Amino acid sequence: MQGSLTVKIAALALWALLLFAPFLFQDVRQIEVAARICVFIALVASYDLLIGYTGIVSFAHTMFFGFGAYGAAIALKQMGPGWTPVLLGAVSGAVVAAVIAAFIGLLSLRVKAIFFAMITLAAASVALVLASQLSGFTGGEDGMTYRAPDLFKPATKLLTDADGKVLNVLGVRMNGKLAAYYFVFIASALLFWAMLRIVGSPLGTVLKAIRENEARAEGIGYRVVAYRTAVFVIAAVTASLAGTVYAVWLKYTGPETALSFDIMIDILLMVVIGGIGTMWGAVIGATALVLAQYYLRDLMEVAAGATANVPLVPELLSPERWLLWLGILFILLVYFFPAGIAGTLMGKREAE
Amino acid sequence: MSLLSVKGMSVDIGQYSVLHGVSFEVPEGGVFVLLGRNGAGKTTTLRAIMGLWDPTPGSVHFEGSEISGLHASEIARKGIAYVPENMGIFGGLTVAENMVLATASGKYDGKRLEWIYELFPALKTFWSKPAGALSGGQKQMLAVARAIVEPRRLILIDEPTKGLAPSIIANMAQAFREISEDTTILLVEQNFAFAKALGRDMGVIEDGRVVHTGTMTEFAADAELQNRLLSLSGAEAPA
Repeated sequence: MQGSLTVKIAALALWALLLFAPFLFQDVRQIEVAARICVFIALVASYDLLIGYTGIVSFAHTMFFGFGAYGAAIALKQMGPGWTPVLLGAVSGAVVAAVIAAFIGLLSLRVKAIFFAMITLAAASVALVLASQLSGFTGGEDGMTYRAPDLFKPATKLLTDADGKVLNVLGVRMNGKLAAYYFVFIASALLFWAMLRIVGSPLGTVLKAIRENEARAEGIGYRVVAYRTAVFVIAAVTASLAGTVYAVWLKYTGPETALSFDIMIDILLMVVIGGIGTMWGAVIGATALVLAQYYLRDLMEVAAGATANVPLVPELLSPERWLLWLGILFILLVYFFPAGIAGTLMGKREAE
Repeated sequence: MSLLSVKGMSVDIGQYSVLHGVSFEVPEGGVFVLLGRNGAGKTTTLRAIMGLWDPTPGSVHFEGSEISGLHASEIARKGIAYVPENMGIFGGLTVAENMVLATASGKYDGKRLEWIYELFPALKTFWSKPAGALSGGQKQMLAVARAIVEPRRLILIDEPTKGLAPSIIANMAQAFREISEDTTILLVEQNFAFAKALGRDMGVIEDGRVVHTGTMTEFAADAELQNRLLSLSGAEAPA
């Protein structure tokens, strides 16, 4: 119990940092990182609902993320900035995600896990190809740039001082950029909270039972396929909504930011780092990986500089080798935290 | 009218024909015991009634309506609970979560829970502990408790005494007696002493067919019949 308390406190502390991020980190890149962490927490949590609570391995999670992103992007591009296109994009993305998830689920959740994984991989590839081929509609490989609702424009004044200029609070300008960040923060926090609620609900208990033993769950009268399909749809819709949020934040949507398999790999790594089936681990996993992706290089540059006089070491620590070090860190992490950071902390302490 | 009526039920598992035309009637109330040697088809019969194997052909009528071909979840909703041989509890979930899973609404009736605690006091002690940490006997108690967490019409119980200590078997017998006052129990059992003490009606399955039905009193008095059908004096004599 103590372990899960530690994990929850750590995760809540990270959420608190994200809440005050615009005040704590005022650099543009840092806010970019904070927003990315927020969106990925929601995305990873929805994937954890899938893989961690039902044992379904899907490679189509980025595809659902992309539906939401492209939904908002296309609507904003065609209709111009405003809340209606955002809403329309979010709803249409979520509906497409739900329909396709239900279709794939009903068709293939009966078959063995490996075939299901392959089918999702195929679907995701088709979506990626379609997005780059239908360039008139999706912007193709180049993607689309568009404007976000006026509220999020940097020129928007949320609060003004006596002279009618943008008010500064603790050195932070109360402008549209801040509103955009809090839109991302609140939307992601709500999605994460929804995932927590599902896991803690009676549905969550049924899912845990199915994960533990499918046949037994059937034996006491639960339709395993129906539950799995339902969860697949819920996870898909959540991913799609996260996609819309990210699209509104970036004001750009393309295959690289919304559909690529790199994102799928990031999600998988985050789930594994945080701990599969822990939900709170999503916060830790997403934060850890995004921070590493953005700052490991800087850190290595500093380290290489500090060891400039030592032979060989600066070569090894050269920022160009950051991926190598990320790989090593990941291997060490899996070795010392076999159930992920949150999973190992929760499991270890509880057994004691 | 009997509560459960099984007619000509056959089950093929892969290329093997396990049941070929099982027929018997379970009257309402009391304990109906299904006896038979290992591999005779007792467990398969229970699983087929519960909808976990598809019986082809044959019919199963429960309270007068056909239930064969329905999904296990629909059969459960009609008021039949199943306690499998391996207990079928979820070791990773708490005792409380295991109980909640067996309710239709996700809530349990407090009064009924008090009654279940009286039958199986250990469950109260371990209520919020993982079920995997329970002893074998406690797991079996949980499995039975789960079946009665809500009022049921019929409970199918598969070899509940297997591997349990005599004191726990006595506890189990007492609990079954109390449960059977308002719920019919279809019990599959190898422990003849236990079956004899509880059963009102009984049937014997042999090679996928019911070869004898009658009252337990008659069967218990007929040593020759017991010997022929269950080879009680042979090497397979149950403990």
